[in-house]
Amino acid sequence: MSDVADSPREIARAADEAPSRRARSRALRRFMRHRLAILGLVVIVLLVFFTAVGPHLIAFDDLHIDVRNRFQPPFAGPHILGSDPLGRDQLARLLMAGRVSLTVGFAAMALSTLVGTLVGAVAGYYGGLVGVALMRFVDAVLCFPTIFLLLALAAFVTPSVVSITLIVAATAWMEVARVVEGQIRALRDRDFAIAAEVLGASDLHIMLRELIPNAMAPIVVAATLNVARAILLESYVSFLGYGIQPPTPSWGNMLENAQEYLGTAPWLAIIPGIAITLAVTSFNFVGDGLRDALDTRLDIA
Amino acid sequence: MTPLLQVEDLRVRFRTDTGIIPAVNGVSFVVRPRETLALVGESGSGKSVTGLSIMRLTPRGGGCRVEGRIRFGAADLLALPEEDMRAIRGNRISMIFQEPMTSLNPVKTVGEQIAEAIRCHRQIGRQAALDRAAELLHTVGIPDARQRLASYPHHMSGGMRQRVMIAMALSCEPDLLIADEPTTALDVTVQAQIVELLKRLQQQTGMSVIFITHNLGVVADIADRVMVMYAGRIVEQAGTVPLLTSPLMPYTQGLLRSVPRLPAGQHQRRRLDAIPGNVPDPAELPAGCSFRPRCPHAVAGVCDTTLPELEDTAPGHLVRCRRWRDIAPAGA
Repeated sequence: MSDVADSPREIARAADEAPSRRARSRALRRFMRHRLAILGLVVIVLLVFFTAVGPHLIAFDDLHIDVRNRFQPPFAGPHILGSDPLGRDQLARLLMAGRVSLTVGFAAMALSTLVGTLVGAVAGYYGGLVGVALMRFVDAVLCFPTIFLLLALAAFVTPSVVSITLIVAATAWMEVARVVEGQIRALRDRDFAIAAEVLGASDLHIMLRELIPNAMAPIVVAATLNVARAILLESYVSFLGYGIQPPTPSWGNMLENAQEYLGTAPWLAIIPGIAITLAVTSFNFVGDGLRDALDTRLDIA
Repeated sequence: MTPLLQVEDLRVRFRTDTGIIPAVNGVSFVVRPRETLALVGESGSGKSVTGLSIMRLTPRGGGCRVEGRIRFGAADLLALPEEDMRAIRGNRISMIFQEPMTSLNPVKTVGEQIAEAIRCHRQIGRQAALDRAAELLHTVGIPDARQRLASYPHHMSGGMRQRVMIAMALSCEPDLLIADEPTTALDVTVQAQIVELLKRLQQQTGMSVIFITHNLGVVADIADRVMVMYAGRIVEQAGTVPLLTSPLMPYTQGLLRSVPRLPAGQHQRRRLDAIPGNVPDPAELPAGCSFRPRCPHAVAGVCDTTLPELEDTAPGHLVRCRRWRDIAPAGA
């Protein structure tokens, strides 16, 4: 029996943040075989690099109004990717908007993963009344259509990068909580958790130091997919006018500004649209790649 | 001698969908300092639950009720606040389990795990804890202990992992070690090594050991006294030698007959005697003696009326059987 039980465990240890070199290289090899995930990772790295460095390399400031060059199409004048109705440089705005959107995406992911992991871990560990109360609350929040929840929350707060991050995180933590709850509930009855209890470890210690490291793989996957979701959600709210407020650009509010000119200046919508698509699909590909590399299904065994 | 641990009338019941299942029915015993007490019985006889009750680690939730008294030193373990109980677990009472394969956290090095076990109870630094962990690994007979600290459990064999578990259990020098079938999942040769190791460690540290097993061969090797459990009750209790040489309870006799052996000088094959039937469903114990349906000596009107008391037959020898006087010669 022990021999059979060994193989899932070998994979389970890929879940560790610092697994043995052998396991790490195995997971890495599986990830590298996933072409789309590699592509996604490259795109994400490039996006982060260009949004961080790019604005310094461009001649125009993202808020600089150049009235003589309004609605300039891409590759047809001084503005490489064209200019908007106020003559602002589209490329500069795209990159600055990328900073905002990616920041919101990562920050919301970090926050929602943290909250989701804590709620899920407590619910899964204690179970019983605590577990039921927490998970039913999760279900209740999940029942709201995300967009309405998002807009309802957004209507109450003054929009800023911080508040949008909080709002997006508030609508994205539930799935992490569910994943973690299931994992912890299964891990809680494993012998090593009981052994830790026998050694006099506190509940907090068992949860944080023994169980969560074993659930790392699904948490990482969920977190990656959450970045994509957060970027998309930020674009939604900003597009609907409740998000990042002009003149600060975000990919979402660039789309909103482009609406009325869809017929006459389509590049205003197409370019930020491409940016959102690139970012979201890349994160999704990386998430898929990680899922295969860390094989979360076998983890639960 | 004042006993180290005194269990009085321990009762454990599980509430399930099908009704209340009594797993332990009024078990009383003592563990003296520096002695090894073996707890023997088939699966489902309540021996593991007894061990877990001492640690107060019976399954949580409303489904399990533990009653009685468990005195450890001055404290009643069953009445202790959780906080105080945690200070005892792993520190003064430790436990090792049957499954060394799954009792270690797969994603942490054994060094980290032992060090954490120490740091649960001792205020010492990380490095000092790791040094102590290396020392412990050396004590339990793991070669290259220093290097082994960085190993993950899957790098180790079952016997090695059980040694690591023992090192963890002993990390805070407990007064009592509860070993719940620590050798059952291991190869026979490794079993002997682990038993030898436990014996040596017990002599070195002077701790008491409750050794839960169904293997009477191991009992002969390690125990000072033996307690045989059947259907949640103690049915016989004696020193190891009297129990193994002249068992009084038909159940103990049956257990002994079902151990395979080749008597010296006798090379003819002998049929292995198995006890007929199975352990009774604890929810529907038979009236009278629980062992009656499987007992070759059962007599109607004597064994099926009321539950027999535990009787003193000799100093330190207790048996729960009405007919022990009649059947004693059979075992002697």
